[in-house]
Amino acid sequence: MCASCRTLSYFGEMRVKVTVLFFAALREQLGRPREELDLPSNINTIGGLRDHLRARGGAWASAFAPNRAVRAAVNQDMAQPAAAIKAGDEVAFFPPVTGG
Amino acid sequence: MKVAVQREDFDLGAEVRAISKDSKVGAVASFVGLVRDVRMTLEHYPGMTENAIRGIVDQAASRWQVMDCTVIHRYGELQPNDQIVLVAVASAHRGDAFAACEFIMDYLKTQAPFWKKEHRAGGATWVEAKAADDEAAGRWKK
Repeated sequence: MCASCRTLSYFGEMRVKVTVLFFAALREQLGRPREELDLPSNINTIGGLRDHLRARGGAWASAFAPNRAVRAAVNQDMAQPAAAIKAGDEVAFFPPVTGG
Repeated sequence: MKVAVQREDFDLGAEVRAISKDSKVGAVASFVGLVRDVRMTLEHYPGMTENAIRGIVDQAASRWQVMDCTVIHRYGELQPNDQIVLVAVASAHRGDAFAACEFIMDYLKTQAPFWKKEHRAGGATWVEAKAADDEAAGRWKK
């Protein structure tokens, strides 16, 4: 973990910095390939982050709707909703893969 | 073992020759995937893609005798009939070569982070993942 990734906010609450990447249809729908996020420390799983992003509403609500098939990776390994995220992680969200 | 994710095309003959040099190699099985019908753009996740493919090759090598292996997957703009993917496996005997080659291809379809976008006259659409691909990968778990 990088030393500067875990910081105290103005109110003394622990915040966790992560990089979030979006690919393919999700990247287009959300209008961005990546975002640096400063998360409250209670958002510490893939599922929790997905709920957090869905709560932004609009395109985020539909991109992360419960019935949308969205896959995730943490530090470039496929990850399940229960997978933990911590400061400095690279998290990615994307549709089911279609290569080959 | 060679894993490459690249824009450039590849030469099947050259790749097969490169993994056939050891005199103990008695069989090379190869698969080439081609673009069917429609122009497409292939997106991937640089870094994770290579790692995911290496992980799949390692799994194959733990199940079958794999003396050498090459996987090349292209990304970017591709035209109908272009080569997309190559999997080539060298082994002492054909059974291991065939099985490892098919396993790698089935897992690559469901585990390696690539996404296809098709460009048709009516516009561009992202290809939906197929349940049949999950089933093809799932049968290796038996």
